[in-house]
Amino acid sequence: MKTIQSILGIVLISAFTLTSCSSDDNTIVIDNTPDFSGTFAQQDQMGRPAVNTVFVSSTSKDLFNTTIPSQQNAAFQSMFQTNLTGLSPAFANTGDQNALGQDAAAFTGLLATDVLNVSLDGTTTFYDGTNVLTGRALADDVITVELLLIFGGEDFTENPNLSDDHVDANDKPFLSSFPYLATPW
Amino acid sequence: MKRVTTILGISIVLIGSFFLIAADHIDAPAVQGTTSDITDFYAFQGANTNAIAFVVNTQGLLSPTATSAASFDENTLIEINIDTTGDNIEDLVIQAIPRGDKMYFFGPVAPSATGLNSVIETSATTSSVDITPYGSNAIVETNNGMQFFAGPRDDPFFMDFAQYGEIIAGNATSFNDPGTDTFAGSNVLSIVVEVPKSQIGGSGTINVWVEAKGKQ
Repeated sequence: MKTIQSILGIVLISAFTLTSCSSDDNTIVIDNTPDFSGTFAQQDQMGRPAVNTVFVSSTSKDLFNTTIPSQQNAAFQSMFQTNLTGLSPAFANTGDQNALGQDAAAFTGLLATDVLNVSLDGTTTFYDGTNVLTGRALADDVITVELLLIFGGEDFTENPNLSDDHVDANDKPFLSSFPYLATPW
Repeated sequence: MKRVTTILGISIVLIGSFFLIAADHIDAPAVQGTTSDITDFYAFQGANTNAIAFVVNTQGLLSPTATSAASFDENTLIEINIDTTGDNIEDLVIQAIPRGDKMYFFGPVAPSATGLNSVIETSATTSSVDITPYGSNAIVETNNGMQFFAGPRDDPFFMDFAQYGEIIAGNATSFNDPGTDTFAGSNVLSIVVEVPKSQIGGSGTINVWVEAKGKQ
């Protein structure tokens, strides 16, 4: 009886497997490839840190996330400039510049296209005192760099109360080799 | 006085939108608190100086107790976009999506279509790595000169975001010195992939960005 059940089971399994097998011989093919079908539609995007957060008005944040970078400048540069000059006393007057020599139009023209520029030829850093926007390393103090460029004026000396959050490093040291990020808490 | 007025004006505009959002953590209403919320994106020369490491972090502000239950979403495609020609349109993509206990990677490959909608480029170089469970040593795989990791890590972002919120709210006029890292002690779900420079343009400057895309 037990044997009959086993045979019956095998027959049932075989029938099921063979019906799902398109080959014309008796080889049973089991397909373990995961399903990667379908269309995936954009929900969030990011190039440089804090751009959507700081420069995009609250009602436009979802729209910014679903506007492709090549169309962001036309759609958002004007909004960025309005929000920058409203936000920072260092850009309140005509002709004001940041330490990169950019006025409000030039600075927001750079930022509105939210991509991260990466050099394939050497140092990669958001800003290290010498190299500007050649990548983003884990230890880069990107917020202080952005606060300085927003509030620090032509020589990084304006609005010192607002141009440095005085958090200069991560709470755990990074690894010197892949995957670089510290273990979770 | 003009400065105070200006700051006050900004406070009113931004107070509703700025509190508790940072690098790109919970940056917009539609993605806030979802598996599509990218918190940060990094691109830097690797320990092997012939390669670039890309770090994509998602699902931020995970407490240690919440981290073991957090998982990547099989319906969320993470796509690193690479423009090698300077027009801010992707020439190459690297796609990452989980299936079961593994994170699968496709590319770098020229996408069959650029823009807001993507299909998974299954004919591209395909790699995979076991997703590192919370509390385990990092599991790393290599394929075709690339390295891969996926799993929970410490959030590498640091900022006194709480004090920034106080300034924007008009409750403070200055950062503290020293400041307090609002993101200390919190985790993210990370995807790290290191790619030889020769596979993403070779030399010069590339423009990169990351997208989270949901299955329709």
